[in-house]
Parts: sequence; structure tokens; C-alpha cells
Amino acid sequence: MIDMNAPQFWPELFEVLWVGLLQTLQMVAGSLFFTIVIGLPLGVLLVTTERGGLLERPFGSRALGSTINKVIDFVVNLGRSVPFIILMIALIPFTRLLIGRFIGTDAAIVPLSVVAIPFFARMVEIALKEVDGGLIEAGQSLGASNWQIIRKVLVPEALSSIVLGTSTTITSIINFSAMAGVVAAGGLGDVAIRYGYQRYSWPHIVAVIIVLFALVMVLQGLASLLSRRLAHRRSGERMSRAIQLAGGPES
Amino acid sequence: MITASHVVKTYTAPDGTPVRALDDVSLNVDRGQIFGVLGQSGAGKSTLIRTLNLLERPDSGTVTINGEELTALSDNELRAARRRIGMVFQHFNLLGSRTARGNVELALEVAGMAAAERRRRSDEILDLVGLGSRAESYPAQLSGGQKQRVGIARALAAKPAVLLSDEATSALDPETTASILDLIKGISTELGLTVLLITHEMDVVKRICDGVALIEDGRILEQGGLVDLVSTPGSRLARQLFPLGPLPEGDADTVLDITFSGGSADRPVISQLARRYDLDVSILGASIEHLGGKQAGRTRLELPGPAAIHRDAIAGLRAQGLLVEVVRGGAE
Repeated sequence: MIDMNAPQFWPELFEVLWVGLLQTLQMVAGSLFFTIVIGLPLGVLLVTTERGGLLERPFGSRALGSTINKVIDFVVNLGRSVPFIILMIALIPFTRLLIGRFIGTDAAIVPLSVVAIPFFARMVEIALKEVDGGLIEAGQSLGASNWQIIRKVLVPEALSSIVLGTSTTITSIINFSAMAGVVAAGGLGDVAIRYGYQRYSWPHIVAVIIVLFALVMVLQGLASLLSRRLAHRRSGERMSRAIQLAGGPES
Repeated sequence: MITASHVVKTYTAPDGTPVRALDDVSLNVDRGQIFGVLGQSGAGKSTLIRTLNLLERPDSGTVTINGEELTALSDNELRAARRRIGMVFQHFNLLGSRTARGNVELALEVAGMAAAERRRRSDEILDLVGLGSRAESYPAQLSGGQKQRVGIARALAAKPAVLLSDEATSALDPETTASILDLIKGISTELGLTVLLITHEMDVVKRICDGVALIEDGRILEQGGLVDLVSTPGSRLARQLFPLGPLPEGDADTVLDITFSGGSADRPVISQLARRYDLDVSILGASIEHLGGKQAGRTRLELPGPAAIHRDAIAGLRAQGLLVEVVRGGAE
């Protein structure tokens, strides 16, 4: 039990909250980086190796395209179906192999990326599927290579939706990072559990909720603004709804 | 300039049955010509135009454009060849994330042109299509006609020798359609561009085409110069171009369709006919068009009375160089 009337209570709360916020932001930024670097190509591959897609026949082989598509689809589904708390523990050997330890804020970035990559890949897939096939045809008629079409047509045209998907992904990462206390990664979720739950301090819980809520609101606002600016269209609501309908992953 | 030879393309329908979209299609378009492929939706014209730049690869047959047999090229060579073949689309297919200039520059980026050169060329080509002042506008800020002008500018940016037009005016209102067609015609003349367009609208063919092919169920039924086809007996194109309505009831009298083209359109053929053979000629229908600067038309006449006189009258008309088709009656 914590003494809420102690003179050090509020300064300590703010101190703990600040440290937790920084740890959360560190986890989010780190895992977001890997999520985009790995998830974006996966999403592109998911769409383009489908039947009738740009890379339907990589190196002239439909079997290869179909295999790549099925494997990525399987991995993405697997990644999305395992509850994060279990995934995080199951990934401990993998994390240790990768960075030499499994405890701490840095180490939590590994399981957070692993859970966010499939989610983001699906978001990218949905966004890319919204791109009109006629634009791909136009690119081909201009003599563009598949790589040029992906880089100059497909991704730029889907960027507005991808930004919204990124914001949804960040929200999920924040959500999952609350469980990262299990591997001693700290963060705002850890503050809420250690102070709020284990030491019965409701001000800590409320403070964490307020900070998280503000964080997500600011993020969503920025993402919507950026997405609208990228869309260059009069009504950009259609795409955002598709992303929202996709919903969040199981936690 | 554009030659398709025995092109066959078969699809598999969702229920597993094969559908022959193109059935032994052969086509020839001369340099500098504007050639229209006319057909209803589902006739195979969309597939046809896509096989010409190999967006759809034909099952068999060859496509040769500008002396290059496209069907024999490697993927890399094909991409290079496509840069010499512009294409415009019914729904414009402009990138919403790029300005008008950005869309034009896409064609030049793909071709590997340097930035300064791209800018100069995009200014030039946007001026040519009359959109010089809207270079920085996004497609969402442009009207349908303006969007298609951007589409044309993009298709022509890399200076192709051939322009393929896939129902370029079908999504536009009649006035805008006319202005886009005039633009295509003007550019074709100015740049010596060969144009192949597909359309379901006879008006498009009438307005700008020199040559035409009629396509139905994946087969070319007729093709040739527009004026030649009109004066060919039994031409379906002529029937579509000059609709005369249904035949009247009963079968007592002789009914003739007379096609006028060139000089014969100016002569008073019908009044001469009435006077010389003393016939009470009734006009059942008539249709006149301007094709390639010349007047052409069809008239459906009903001749009463004995068939013997009709035989003489018909022979007389044919002697004047008119195309006469006997639609009904015992004269032949």
C-alpha cells in the first residue's frame, strides 16, 4: 500500500510516469521501425503474388508465386492468432539469439515487432488492394517494370491508407507494450500494474490512462491529417473505413 | 503500322468453360491513320486493344507495331517497345497522388529521363493538350475532359508513334467527347501519329476515323476504309451508320435501299427516277452523313406497281453508279 498523502507521492508519480512514457515511446519507435521495414514488403508481396497480381509468376513460375503467397499468408495468420503474452514468452529464446538478452526495454522490441509485423502487413495488403487495377495497367502501358510500378504507382497511391494503417498499428503496439513489464521492459503499462494494481494507487492508474489516451488521440489526429493531405481528393473517407473495419489483432 | 495477325485469346469463365474473346482476329492499320474498332460491350474490343500492347498476351497469333513483332520480344524489350506505344483509358487511370505534371512525368521517369528534361517536356506536352495552366492541379481538382487531356498528355509524353485509345470518350458528356476527339485528330495530324481506338459509339467513328473494323463475338466482321465500307453491298457497318428503321407491313411492293456516296449524293436521283419511269416513289427512310469531308447516305424507297418496270428502274439506278439493294419484292 502506498501513502497518497506523503509529500513525495505526486513528484514520484510524475517521475515514474515520465520514465514509463519514455520507455513506452522507445518500445513503440523501435518496433515500429522494424514493423515498417519488414511489414511493408510483406504486405506488397501478399498482394502482388496473388492470382492476377504483378508478381503472379516470379521468375516465370506460378508455383513459386503461389508458394510465396501461401507461406506469407500462413505466417501472418499465425502471428496474429497467438495471444501476445504467450508469444512474448515463447519468443524469449529467439530474442536472446538475436540480441543476446531477453530482459529490458530494448529486448521487448523484438516480440513487439514480431506481433506488429503481421498486423501491419495485413493493413498494407488492404491498402494496396484499394488501388485501382487500371493504374497498374496504365503503368504497364508506359513500359514500367514491376519494381517501378510498385515504387511509383502502387505504394504512393496507397500511402494515404497505409498512413492510417500505421496509426492503427502504433495503437496496437502501445496496447501490447503494456504487457512488456513481464520481461522487465517497463513502460506505462508496467507503471499501472506495479503501482496501480499491486500497490492499490488509483492515481497511478488514472494518470496512465490519461497519458495513453492523450498519446493515442494525438497520434490519430496527426495520422488523419497526414492521410488527408496525401489523398489529394475531396472525400477520403472510403479508405479509412476499410482500415477501421479490419479491426485490431487479438491480444 | 499496326498489324495483328490471326490473334486468338481464350479465357476461362468462372464456371470453367472456355470463352473465346478473340477468334482469329487479323487487323491492319496504316501509318498516320485513325482507325476505329466498333463493337458492343462484350464483343472483345477491350481484349483486342490489350493484346496490341500485350497487356494481354494472345494464346496464338502475332502483333507487329512499327515493324517490331511484339509477340516475339523478351520482357525487357517489350517494356521498351511499350514506351513507343501510348495508351489512353476510359476511366483515365491517373494517379491521384500526383499532379497533372506528375502524371505526365511518370511516363518520362519510366523512360529514364533526367529531371530538368522531364519538366521541359511535360510543360510542352501539357501546352499541346491545352492544360498548360493546370499543371499543378491534382486529378481530383480536374473535370472529366481535363483528366482525359492529362491522360493523352501522359500517353504522348515519351513521343510514341502509336496511340491506343480504350473508349477514351465513353465516360464524357457529348460536348467534351467532341473536344477530346478533335484533340486526338489534331494531334494525329500534327505529329503524324497512328491511332487505334475502340468504341461502341458510331458517332466517334464518324467524327474522326479513316478506317474502321466491326467486331462481334470476338470476330472481325468487316474492315476497311470508312467510305469504301459504306459503298460495299450488304455492309453491316453501312446499315448501322445509316439506320433506316423497320420494313413496312405487307409484301406487295418493291422496297429498295440506295446508298449514295461521293458525287452521286448531289444528283436529284429520286425525282429523275419518278419522272423517267412514271413511278409514285415513296421515301420510307433516309439518312445522310458527312464522312471524310464527303456526303454519303442511304435512302429506302418503295416502288408501287408492276415488277417489270422496277427491274428497268433498278438497272437504271445501277447504271448511274449507285449501290442498290433490293430489300423486298420480286424484281430480282
